Amino acid sequence: MSKDIRIKKGLDLKLKGNAELQISDVSRSKVYAIKPSDFHGVIPKMIVKEGAIVKAGEAIFYSKNDESVKFASPVSGKIQEIKRGDKRVILEILIAADSQDNHLEHSKKTPKDLSSEEVKAHLLASGCWPFVKQRPYDVIASSEDTPRAIFVSGINSAPLAADLNFTMKGKQDALTAGFTALTKLTSGKVHVTVSPSADFMPNVDGVSIHKGQGVHPVGLVSTQIAKIDPINKGEKVWTIQMEDVAIIGEFFLTGKFNVQRTVALAGTGFKKPSYVNVIIGAQMTDVVADNLHDGNFRIISGDVLTGTTKSKEDFLGFYTNTVTSIPEGDDYDFFGWNIPRPNKFSVYRANMFSFLTPNKKYDLNTNTNGEHRAFVLTGDYEKVFPLDIFPVQLLKAILVKDIDEMEALGIYEVAPEDFALTEYICASKQDHQRIIRHGLDVMIDEVG
Amino acid sequence: MGLKQNLHNLKEKYRGTNFEQGFNALHTFLYLPNTTTYGGTHIKDATDLKRVMNTVIMAMVPVLIFGMFNAGFQYYSQINGFPEGISFLSSEFWTLANLLIGAEKILPLVIVSYGVGLGIEFIFATVNKHEVEEGYLVTGMLVPLIVPIDLPLWMLAVGVAFGVIIGKELFGGTGMNVLNPALTIRAFLFFNWAAWMSGDKVWVYGAVDGVKKAGGVDAISGETILGTLAANQTPNFTASDMFFGMIPGSVGETSTFLILLGAAWLVFTGIGSARIMISAVVGAIVMGLIFNGIVDAGVITETSKFYGLMSFPFWQHLIIGGLAFGIVFMATDPVSAAQTNQGKIIYGFLIGFIGILIRVFNPAYPEGIMMAILLMNVFAPTIDHYVVQGNVKKRMKRLKTQTA
Repeated sequence: MSKDIRIKKGLDLKLKGNAELQISDVSRSKVYAIKPSDFHGVIPKMIVKEGAIVKAGEAIFYSKNDESVKFASPVSGKIQEIKRGDKRVILEILIAADSQDNHLEHSKKTPKDLSSEEVKAHLLASGCWPFVKQRPYDVIASSEDTPRAIFVSGINSAPLAADLNFTMKGKQDALTAGFTALTKLTSGKVHVTVSPSADFMPNVDGVSIHKGQGVHPVGLVSTQIAKIDPINKGEKVWTIQMEDVAIIGEFFLTGKFNVQRTVALAGTGFKKPSYVNVIIGAQMTDVVADNLHDGNFRIISGDVLTGTTKSKEDFLGFYTNTVTSIPEGDDYDFFGWNIPRPNKFSVYRANMFSFLTPNKKYDLNTNTNGEHRAFVLTGDYEKVFPLDIFPVQLLKAILVKDIDEMEALGIYEVAPEDFALTEYICASKQDHQRIIRHGLDVMIDEVG
Repeated sequence: MGLKQNLHNLKEKYRGTNFEQGFNALHTFLYLPNTTTYGGTHIKDATDLKRVMNTVIMAMVPVLIFGMFNAGFQYYSQINGFPEGISFLSSEFWTLANLLIGAEKILPLVIVSYGVGLGIEFIFATVNKHEVEEGYLVTGMLVPLIVPIDLPLWMLAVGVAFGVIIGKELFGGTGMNVLNPALTIRAFLFFNWAAWMSGDKVWVYGAVDGVKKAGGVDAISGETILGTLAANQTPNFTASDMFFGMIPGSVGETSTFLILLGAAWLVFTGIGSARIMISAVVGAIVMGLIFNGIVDAGVITETSKFYGLMSFPFWQHLIIGGLAFGIVFMATDPVSAAQTNQGKIIYGFLIGFIGILIRVFNPAYPEGIMMAILLMNVFAPTIDHYVVQGNVKKRMKRLKTQTA
């Protein structure tokens, strides 16, 4: 049964630098990298050594805790270096890319004719499995589970995020194959939520399509799960990004692990915000190319609320569909704490007049606009938090590591990204997402 | 090299020294710091706690200025007799002479309150190596507004020290305290020096010194309306005087009109909780109506010592004493109030309800709002607990129906 999801509690931050709907050319990187830090909680065990020659789609490491989960090279080439940090933790695996990809050829399969086990085995062998994440805990799904349901968000509602209507154009066949494969993996349903104007979503047997509208976080999958079929204690559901369903589908159709995405370059740091076709793991300097303005800008792999800071020498994240660049805010502001600032945005009206111009677009920088403090204000987070959860109480339960309380207050239903908006509006400048991630990690250790 | 660069160099120089916290407190007062986001959201809202606290202080400035004029007005009126037909906009009220009396008495209260309180905050921040927090900016402004004008400065200093150290820093500083710090200070002053905090001598400048009229009669009787009512007499002021605030009382509590302006500003800016304010007013009205009903039913007669306050029209309870000030500026303190939205409604209602109850039944101290707020501060976590349990139960029920 299809549901209409309307989100009123939330916030659409209006930023300058929306990506124009056209594809810019970028050159292929010489070096690609896979960073285990993109896969939270995974302890990598290397399969190949430095200097080995790999094909695109060939497994280069696996997860220590779940050995059947393999991570594949996005390109063909030579393992240039395995960078390690303290205690020999693997930081990144650099692959010197061939000029043309030589793919590991899997057999082409029609998902419709496969059994659940066959689909699973095929995904595990291909390197596509890490796209599948599980709730609770927001980590890569365990290959032994059968989820109650699978949720895919068809809305990117974060500020400046890639427009799925554009990036999914012409991928109907891949999506059909991908979703058919997903329906095999769950005992329940596959739920997809799209905006009413979406035109990319094919009709697939066993997939319920819901309509979501309203403000961010309508596009976050936790919001959709809560409205469609909330997670209870002891249950597992899986989530996959729409872009990755297309990659999975393409794999079934072609037998090749081709992890190319259409990524939005957005924000005022770019001369010409637009889209590029890149392979994940590409070096940032090739992704942003000469599109970046000179000056002090931050490059973010992801959106401004949940992404990670990257230098130009760094690499595109595994799950990224947006690269944002905004000005750094490392400057003092004379009496910036009390006089009105027309170039900044606030949800409060405390000497801030941004409420007068609700449609104005802002060029926000990375200044924290104040220092870290204890929680003081109350009742504000709830205005941008659509889940039926008490956000402050949950955060405080995590800070004091009260496991029973965390469970009672609904930690199983959230991911760090759900607390991005509360973190944005927090007048005490607390880092909510880190606290939630920590709480989830405590639960993994204590409850599993 | 501008000021900005020089201060930045000093900041680097003091990093890690004992001057760090104190310098940063002053530096961040001049300049919003240059810190950038790290590890979470890459952008942050323009509002921080300094901006929030500043907004609350702005709401109190009109009340403070009015309090200064009113102090002079009460003083001269008692000596020269009340002018007839005075109103809020009368030129007899807004005179320089009135202001000077008020400034002479009230500015020292403000200075001592901020000096002692912020001094202690700086010491604690330096010793404990944390930033100087903004909470006291509001507390320091509240305190002079809720004490009688003739309170000796040394008492105020001792009270502030007690309130900040015992009421706040022992719990871990701003955001961690259970009780509202300003009311902790007032309660401490009241229970230590009751004669200076209540009665009929302290509310008007000069009453304590016994300024004499020609003929040796005490010129100034500084009794508040609540005091008059508790003595079963009829107060000499019109409802308009009470609403606009040309009456004796603590420095900032008298003008309900300006307090309402402050309330409107707090609610408009999204800083003060309208839920608490409205439900507290409703609670006070309900209790007032109950007492009026008891009097109308003839249960309490004029011989009862409670008759004066019980028969006082319920709506006038809202515009005398510290009720309005307490509800708007202190019940809404987010740290010590209930934190959930439903909890705030219950919390506010009980403050108004109990506030009037104590006002009527406590003959020694006919001002109940302070005790009511402190009491509800203590119960706020309990109220929140039951509201949160509602959410928890909903989740448990969902789990049961799912597995059943």
